[in-house]
Amino acid sequence: MKPAIVISARDNVATALDALEPGRVLEFGAVSITVGEPIPRGHKVALRAIHAGEAILKYGSAIGTATAEISAGSHVHTHNVASDRGRGDRGEAEGVPAPRLAEPPEERT
Amino acid sequence: MSAQFAGYARPDGRVGVRNHLLVVPTVICSSIVAERVAAAVPAVGAALPHLAGCGQLGPDMRLTHETLAAYCAHPNVGAVIVIALGCEQVVAQMLADSARRAGKPVEIVAIQSEGGTVRSTARATEIARRMAADLERTARVPCELSSLILSVKCGGSDYTSGLAANPALGRVADRLVDLGGTAVLGEVAEIMGAEHLLAARATSPETGAKLIQIISRVEAEARALGLDIRGTQPSPGNIRGGLTTIEEKSLGATHKGGEHTPLSDVVPYAGRITRRGLTVMDTPGLDVESVTGMVGGGAQVVVFTTGLGTPTGNPIAPVIKITGNARTAVSMADNLDLDVSGILDDRESLDAAADRLFAEVIEVCSGKPTAAERLGHDEFAIHRRNPTI
Repeated sequence: MKPAIVISARDNVATALDALEPGRVLEFGAVSITVGEPIPRGHKVALRAIHAGEAILKYGSAIGTATAEISAGSHVHTHNVASDRGRGDRGEAEGVPAPRLAEPPEERT
Repeated sequence: MSAQFAGYARPDGRVGVRNHLLVVPTVICSSIVAERVAAAVPAVGAALPHLAGCGQLGPDMRLTHETLAAYCAHPNVGAVIVIALGCEQVVAQMLADSARRAGKPVEIVAIQSEGGTVRSTARATEIARRMAADLERTARVPCELSSLILSVKCGGSDYTSGLAANPALGRVADRLVDLGGTAVLGEVAEIMGAEHLLAARATSPETGAKLIQIISRVEAEARALGLDIRGTQPSPGNIRGGLTTIEEKSLGATHKGGEHTPLSDVVPYAGRITRRGLTVMDTPGLDVESVTGMVGGGAQVVVFTTGLGTPTGNPIAPVIKITGNARTAVSMADNLDLDVSGILDDRESLDAAADRLFAEVIEVCSGKPTAAERLGHDEFAIHRRNPTI
């Protein structure tokens, strides 16, 4: 079994498929990182340095924003990532993307 | 692979995968009688005990009526007994009319006019035995897969859900829709952060706008309360499992609606699903309320992916449980129908897992009982938004 998986080439995190110990070297194509701290199974590890304020990318899409400087090989989770959606505590209006269109389907009769 | 299954052709043209005698209480007060009547005909009896039916304000009252009426007309139901109390808000006759319009035999038994629990239970049980005998004689016939509405659901999600079980289910949804069938996806809070992927597949500007509008409403509700939905979405179990934000959960969850299904409609809770393709239903994230709504909308079968394992079933629709977590496949084996954990350790390709799941859906629709059915998991809960008055 692979120790971790990167879902999209755009992603800046990998998902651990097993618990990862510090010092373990992970290779994803040309990218090689050394695990810097224990990563529980199913949790995310940074593929490169991510600055505070930068988007965390998984599935090729933004899943939140870094709230601290994150080094390659670090654990990426609720302690250093904030969600940008459903944040009633922030009080501001949030933008949502405009829909694009596909082919119309057949109506069920 | 067969493009047919063995189902029940109904007089209104819809197709069922089960042939239940539905015993539906109008109100919480008649729920116990309804449960006892259904238990007297265990092969086909399905009760819908619920907490509503009285003391509800306009919109909630409508939702209760519409959900119960939708179950009375559902294609997995062959006959209906309505158990009324007599003084409640829900109108027994409206539920009976819904069943009758769908061409189903229906009777009403009212506890107050019958003269109490003992007499109403005895009278309804006598009717139930007669109806059950008729239902047990009904034969399954070959039916087209295009008549299926598949509810896609996930619950107790962990990191394996978005990597294995949801993509496998998404391939099944793609294939069913390619064959002319329909998939329905609920839980709008769990689309938040992935709505751009679905809106891009909308078949009309109105449908795309409706999707965005219902998701904006959930965010507006969080703003009105001044709350961060984190802690609820993702849940504490999700966070322990490695899911950090609602966006991450949504991106993993939305896979199960397919990769190329057209978003053809957005419907309200328990609203009738009428367009082929992918429908999004406006349901909450709570598993039982969500499944209750999607089945009410007409889904005959549910595929429910889970990372941590959950027991949820439904009174009238089979709920097929699949997991991509090899440990859960062992620890929660009782509650699971299919293990697709091989996707993550290269024992099985995603396509091969989707093939097995598709075959399982056809078998279950043709009568194979699910784990939830074998264990008697028949959870039912109608969504409500306002307090009881």
